[in-house]
Amino acid sequence: MLRYSINRILLMIPTLLGVAVLVFFLLRIVPGDIVEIKLRGDGGTVTQETIELERKRLGLDRPLINQFGTWMIDMAKLDFGNSMWTERPVVTEIAGRLELSLQVAIMATIIAVLLAIPMGTAAALFRGTWIDYTVRLVTIGGLSIPSFWFGMIIMLTLLSLFNWLPPITFTPIYVDPVANLTQLIWPALAVGYRYCAVVARMIRSSLLEVMNEDYIRTARAKGVYEKLVVSRHALRNALLPAITVIGLEFTFLIGGLVVTEQVFNLNGIGQLFVQSVSRNDFTLIQGMVMLIAAFYVFVNLAIDLLYAVFDPRIRYNS
Amino acid sequence: MKISRRTALQGTAGALALGMSGFDWDFTKANAQAPNVKRGGVLNFAISAEAPHYDPAGSDTYATLHFAAPFYSTLLRFNLSKFPAVENDLATSYTVAPDLMTYTFKLTPNVKFHDGTALTSADVKATYDRMRNPPAGVVSTRQATFADIGSIETPDPLTVVFKMKAVNASMLEHFASPWNVIYSAKDLAENAAGPRTKINGTGPFIFVEHVKGSHVAGKKNDAYFKKGFPYLDGFKGIFTLQAAAMLNAVQGGQVLGEFRGISPAERDRLVQTMGDKIRIEESSWTLNLLVCFNVDKKPFDDVRVRRALLMAIDRWGGSVGLSKISTLRSVGGVIRPGSPFATPEAELVKLPGFSKDIKKSREEAKKLLKEAGHENLKFTLWNRNLAMPYTPAGIFLVDQWRQIGVEVEHKQSDTGAYLATMNAGNHDVAIDFSNLFMDDSSLGLAKYLSIGRSPENRSRSKDEMLDKLYDDHLRERDPEKRKTMIRAFEKRVFEQGYQQPLLWWHRIVPTHKTLMGWKMSPSHNLGQQLEDVWMNV
Repeated sequence: MLRYSINRILLMIPTLLGVAVLVFFLLRIVPGDIVEIKLRGDGGTVTQETIELERKRLGLDRPLINQFGTWMIDMAKLDFGNSMWTERPVVTEIAGRLELSLQVAIMATIIAVLLAIPMGTAAALFRGTWIDYTVRLVTIGGLSIPSFWFGMIIMLTLLSLFNWLPPITFTPIYVDPVANLTQLIWPALAVGYRYCAVVARMIRSSLLEVMNEDYIRTARAKGVYEKLVVSRHALRNALLPAITVIGLEFTFLIGGLVVTEQVFNLNGIGQLFVQSVSRNDFTLIQGMVMLIAAFYVFVNLAIDLLYAVFDPRIRYNS
Repeated sequence: MKISRRTALQGTAGALALGMSGFDWDFTKANAQAPNVKRGGVLNFAISAEAPHYDPAGSDTYATLHFAAPFYSTLLRFNLSKFPAVENDLATSYTVAPDLMTYTFKLTPNVKFHDGTALTSADVKATYDRMRNPPAGVVSTRQATFADIGSIETPDPLTVVFKMKAVNASMLEHFASPWNVIYSAKDLAENAAGPRTKINGTGPFIFVEHVKGSHVAGKKNDAYFKKGFPYLDGFKGIFTLQAAAMLNAVQGGQVLGEFRGISPAERDRLVQTMGDKIRIEESSWTLNLLVCFNVDKKPFDDVRVRRALLMAIDRWGGSVGLSKISTLRSVGGVIRPGSPFATPEAELVKLPGFSKDIKKSREEAKKLLKEAGHENLKFTLWNRNLAMPYTPAGIFLVDQWRQIGVEVEHKQSDTGAYLATMNAGNHDVAIDFSNLFMDDSSLGLAKYLSIGRSPENRSRSKDEMLDKLYDDHLRERDPEKRKTMIRAFEKRVFEQGYQQPLLWWHRIVPTHKTLMGWKMSPSHNLGQQLEDVWMNV
């Protein structure tokens, strides 16, 4: 297992390198110039000399390969550079938003998993009954309703029933846990509902398939209690595909909640992404893409390692 | 007896006409406060865009002003109770030479920047020098405004003298412009571009933090030079980029107001849900959307094509429909309708593009297109991706032009890219905007000057006749003669059709009734220092 983990971690290097090459050169193909937007976007009189000076200051006048080389060397030293727009370190720009996005993703995952496992299991075990139909109805609703719209409904409901809304500026959980949770529980619920629906349906279909396997029949034939058959033999195997979905959804939540963030006025990674793309802030976009790529790679590794925990047949050191 | 702090300095236009020699007004005499004012508290308000940087002198967006104005002071400012009269801010008195060639300001003594250093005339000089002659790497959006200043002298630390190269009858109003905040000479000497990222003003509030993407916060400046102000302990300007989030925040009481303006539908929702808890103030707005043709591109170099497209627009009908769903409302020329120099409706309808007989106008438009050889014209309309009011305006125009057989692709993009595209001259036709802070014609007409003189002329036209008319009107001190010159200027602009106002905006500002002291005006750029705002809670 250890050797496998080390191999996988080493394999991340070429993967992330590939992402770096792609994002760097694709960004340069996209039309638009941050210097023009930054200096001329406000309507001022800006000479071409000033434009060139700024371009030089930002290093944009250098050959692409040199720019790429510098970026790679800096990244190897864990220096992601400064945002071309705000001039602040990319790490600082991202860190301020990552805390919020990460917390929403974690809370949504907890909500989704806590609800999805019992719902999916119950639907599979009581297939064709009112329980199954209810779960299917609820999950189809979760898949059909966009998270941002559900978020708007939550906000309007809070407003009309209680004339109250959660805070709209972020307070870190270590500063004021109540204010923090009061703000973030609602977006976590909004995105957690859809997330829960995806996972519950996956567990249901997976469990239905597993319950027809030979080893389940064998366990039953041996006289194992039904509860143990389900929890120890069936559910454990049925969770494998669900784990993959949970991992991918979690990573998506880090940077993919643009509209939901707008609805709840959250200052998250999604908003930052949109803002930096609209400004052609190359260094910031690159930093964020690398961060999300790293998240995907790490989450995939974690999923693979969890496979071994849940399925004794999988042994990575063999 | 209540003595208003904003003791009025009357409007300069009238005073100039009388050969005004100056005002001498001591702010401290008028420092009495409104009765029953409740001090303290932190005001939360919404800002529906985030400032791209902190430097008002290099900006043209209200987002920068709503962010930075509470931290700064200006020489003069507008008295919103008697708009467009001006009053002192940092100046304690001023005189204007009868020939309008010298402006002398006496500064309030013992004014301190937030870093503790004293404000002197050298700071005023450095600030204005930076605006009129920006050093390399500094962007000044006010360079053209102050081109008429010949020199700035500082005979003593509390006196600053502006010597003009030429008469500019609107100069006093420009000294009251909210964009011209005073920076520290020391800061500018260290880094001329510093105000883009650092705040050190003399205003009623001290900068606390800017959490990017979230909010800006300020705390009360206890050493503020206007004793007894500000009333608030602090403020938080919260960025609410989505209209629904802003409305929810107002309704839920997380913010007590949004000071730029909302749409009629948004107003109706707030009134319906909040009843008598919300205060709605409305005004015409010193802001318009323009149809702008890039004359460097074919076929828009042909005046017949431009005029045909302008004549196809039913502004009068559009104003009825669009005013129900957007912030667009009034039909007007180059000066805000209803303001003293505006063209009356009876005269306006005679100008190209403003006829009320739209059927006849469109027939003529079709003939012009045929003459120009562009019966089946197709082009791209470049627009900003702000829902209000840019999107409805774009859809309206596409439909208007469809009715004379013109096919238009409507392309909307983010503000930065939208402005950069227009400023670089890469558009065919665009919906541009004219964002003024007062009705003065020196501002309103500047957009139509030749591109070499006015970088905000996104039609890229060059017209010496317009430039001359503008200069002549700028030097003219007789309001009636000035009005005649403005009419001639406007006629020329519309006959050539380089660009033309589509509709003027209507400002609707929602505030909680617990918010007191904030004053409505026709410009969303004014009145954001927040020094006399308080909360009745």
